Amino acid sequence: MEKRIYLDHAATTYLDEEVLNEMISVLKNIPGNPSSLHSTGLEAKETLDAAREKVAKIINAKSSEILFMSGGTESDNFALKGFMDDKKGKHIITTLIEHPAVYNSCKYLESKGFKITYLLPNKEGIVSAADVEKAITRKTVLVSVMYANNETGAINPIKEISEVCKKNKITFHTDACQAGLLNLDVEELGADMMTLNAGKIYGPKGVGMLYLKQGTKITPLIHGGGQEFGLRNGTENVAGYVGFAKALELIQANREKESARLRKLSNNLLKGLMEIEGVDLNGPVDSNNRLPKTIDVSFKKVEGESLMLLLNEKGIEVSTGSACSSKSLKPSRILMASGCGEEEAHGSVRFSLGKRTTEKDIDYTIKTVKVCVEKLRKISPL
Amino acid sequence: MKKKFLYSDKVKEHFINPKNFLTDKDVAKWNKEADGIGEAGSPACGDVMKVWIKVKDNKIVECRWQTYGCASAIASTSAMSEMVKGMTLDEAEKLTPKEISEKLGGLPQIKVHCSVLGNDALKTAIKNYKEKQK
Repeated sequence: MEKRIYLDHAATTYLDEEVLNEMISVLKNIPGNPSSLHSTGLEAKETLDAAREKVAKIINAKSSEILFMSGGTESDNFALKGFMDDKKGKHIITTLIEHPAVYNSCKYLESKGFKITYLLPNKEGIVSAADVEKAITRKTVLVSVMYANNETGAINPIKEISEVCKKNKITFHTDACQAGLLNLDVEELGADMMTLNAGKIYGPKGVGMLYLKQGTKITPLIHGGGQEFGLRNGTENVAGYVGFAKALELIQANREKESARLRKLSNNLLKGLMEIEGVDLNGPVDSNNRLPKTIDVSFKKVEGESLMLLLNEKGIEVSTGSACSSKSLKPSRILMASGCGEEEAHGSVRFSLGKRTTEKDIDYTIKTVKVCVEKLRKISPL
Repeated sequence: MKKKFLYSDKVKEHFINPKNFLTDKDVAKWNKEADGIGEAGSPACGDVMKVWIKVKDNKIVECRWQTYGCASAIASTSAMSEMVKGMTLDEAEKLTPKEISEKLGGLPQIKVHCSVLGNDALKTAIKNYKEKQK
């Protein structure tokens, strides 16, 4: 097999072996519909309940507060559109660095007459609680700020923001899809709604959840047979939810050790990349304010898609915020909001590390990036 | 598992092993000796192409280039530099982005502008040559 170094864990992760085994066991042995009242159905219901219970414990919530669904995008849609459904004329505060699932849900709500404030983060890509507080109006009912950013890795001060919301009796939602290695205790975070997905924490794709604090009301967006407390209807993906619960258990059990390991690797990567001339870090300088797995940098006089594709030829898989790689031909909205100029955004590359990333991988990556950047600069007129 | 490439094999070939590009150390020489020089695009847009041509008996005898841009942009200028070599100025002026794109085995719709820009730089170089002849 050709050498491949996968450094795109912020996009998605491979399935953990233990997760896969639990899922296979469910797929083989638990064929029932959890809504059925016979033994086969009851077995499925028990399996589903156990997965829900497990997730609830890990994030310090009640089982009845966990809504399983098809992924982070669906969960964000529920949190925004489901929550706002009966709140005509009201106001939402969100940010310019949200994932498209939140951002485009807000754009949709805006088109339906809701007022939205999109906050700009600071130059390091971090949103401030003070800015949230300043944006509050008499009509504000919802604040949605992501826990950690998918491109820069910037970690937002979620506790401070939730305190502002609590003080002003405003519901707070956070998209925590990138934050699998961070503290996910919803009580400590003070979240009323929290989005998680499995495909970014070594669980299956197409599986996610919304934490919905007791007393927080949303309108169902998928109508049907009463599943997920009547809010997200449709026969449950039992094996997927079991896989998600296992994946969450594994990543959270080992999060401090793995965070420290990844922090060291990503700091080494950054140090190595900064030795190349004309490189800028996109995101927080202090690594404590950044996800341990994520490093986003811009290479001057290099276009990101070119670099990404050259690296792919060398077996290194990364992503870019360049316009050329996007469907809209516009550079990354997130980077542009996080203090990056257009030219810098075109030259941006994100490296996101994971469980299997080794020191050797990082050394090879630094060496190879140097060669590829040099090659592209050689044919550039800039 | 074999590696995959986002675009056609021809794009890949021109992107990985670009033909006729001008190295920085030769730029000064070509700025002086080229019969026509043209540029298109802007760094803010993510593409800049620069083309140097040498003309003899109304024919393009050499075409050198530098490109800042995505893989399709680099491959388009590289392919174009091969296509125009030996063409009369009339023929080169009639070259279309579509022909460049076809030479590359087709570009995705969203990438067609990359071949347009390379072509623009060439047209500017020819214009530059003609102006010098006046």
